[in-house]
Amino acid sequence: MTINAYLRTDGRKGIRNIVAVAYLVECAHHVSREITYPFRERGAHLIGFPGCFPNAYSYRMMEQLCTHPNVGAVLLISLGCEGFNKGKLLETIRASGRPTKLLVIQETGGTRSTIAEGQAWVEQTLAQLEHTPRAPMEIDELIVGTICGGSDATSGLTANPAMGRAFDFLVEQNAVCIFEETGELIGMEHWMAQRAQHPALGEEIVKTVAKAAKYYATYGHASIGPGNADGGLTTIEEKSLGAYAKSGQSTISGIIKPGDVPVGGGLYLLDVVPDGEPRFGFPNISDNAEIAELIACGSHVILFSTGRGSVVGSALAPVIKVCANPETYRRLKDDMDVDAGRILEGRASLDDVGREIHDLVLRVANGEQTRSEALGHQEFILTYKSFEPLGPACFPSAA
Amino acid sequence: MNATLETDPRVLLLAPGDNVAIARRDIAQGTTLQVQGRSVTLHERVLTGHKFAFRPIAKGERILKYSAPIGVATTDIAPGDPMHLHNVASDYIPTYTLDAGHEFPGESH
Repeated sequence: MTINAYLRTDGRKGIRNIVAVAYLVECAHHVSREITYPFRERGAHLIGFPGCFPNAYSYRMMEQLCTHPNVGAVLLISLGCEGFNKGKLLETIRASGRPTKLLVIQETGGTRSTIAEGQAWVEQTLAQLEHTPRAPMEIDELIVGTICGGSDATSGLTANPAMGRAFDFLVEQNAVCIFEETGELIGMEHWMAQRAQHPALGEEIVKTVAKAAKYYATYGHASIGPGNADGGLTTIEEKSLGAYAKSGQSTISGIIKPGDVPVGGGLYLLDVVPDGEPRFGFPNISDNAEIAELIACGSHVILFSTGRGSVVGSALAPVIKVCANPETYRRLKDDMDVDAGRILEGRASLDDVGREIHDLVLRVANGEQTRSEALGHQEFILTYKSFEPLGPACFPSAA
Repeated sequence: MNATLETDPRVLLLAPGDNVAIARRDIAQGTTLQVQGRSVTLHERVLTGHKFAFRPIAKGERILKYSAPIGVATTDIAPGDPMHLHNVASDYIPTYTLDAGHEFPGESH
């Protein structure tokens, strides 16, 4: 199946054609929201960074998101006095060939006039994007990310291994697949290391998980919440065991950090836990922080498994909801794309559901709306972090 | 898994050697069922996806699910006991719950 993609002037291909409206500090959030709101069903999405202090990670995240292949144009909204390097971001977006504009509220005459000017630009740019050239896109050009949220004890039995099967099918076709949250792989590090493409990568995987365990221990809280425990998950290791199943059984080709876009097909581990001494708080304060990172790594579409029943979607990339728990599916059916709980009730096999997810990924890439898209979910969150560059052992070996 | 040792279809055993059984659906308290050829009576209701013991587990024993260690028994556990926060703990970082008396992470007195 060939995908009918949007061709960007930088050569990358997208599966959506979005006008991103980005606030560069919380003080510009309201104005940006008001600009976006009337156009939210026509392809305008709101993203942004709330902090006033500059930070290399959040700048890079914004740069990668604003030049993501699903994004056709970007409107930047600045208050005027914040620390974000708006000039550099504007230049980078412009250099990527996308229509872009910067509005500075303090120079545009305040709230009312910035909203009016911003809405006029979005209206005109949406019309302009209707003429974006289309190009065929093969599966080996697709990047798919995976996350689990609102997990319960069924997540690791049904939805996660089924998404893992879908990943195996996609990796066989040389797509890029990304799994993440090293804090939810604690206990799985030695199993994972055995799947590394080369021994040095295996050692890096073990170190990455040790970093996550240390980071979370510093804050006195593993990445397992009260809802997970209500759902039958007892320890972080048990949650990890289920989360790990999302990765499927392919060889792990490399480790990436937020904003790194893998260059060759294969399975990649996204290390989301900051480097250095723990600071800035918990690595990811909620699921959408990880989704934003998966998208910044180039993910065109996100597979999201849930047992308790998360309803979130995301700005910039469609989110496919795979429901692990059959009872949750019956209660929250309108929010779910795939009923993986059938596996637990003996009504489908892992392979059946894995194939269903794979086929749905291709249909969504071809424009079919996911449930969260149809319901208007466009959540987005970005906070502070700090990373060091990847070591040489994190990349796939040349051999 | 040994096919000659019967396991009730309501129960999932993920790997041979595991010491946790998993409910494929909600199972009522007092239900007696077969797990790997052993007759086990549930001391409490077990919800979908939750765990229970089907053989005696000694305090300090490693808990294995799908052959992976998911924690350690903090007390002796009898066949038919539910297995959760009250008798299993992480080897890495404790699990935080909303139960009364539990401190917020980072809180100190």
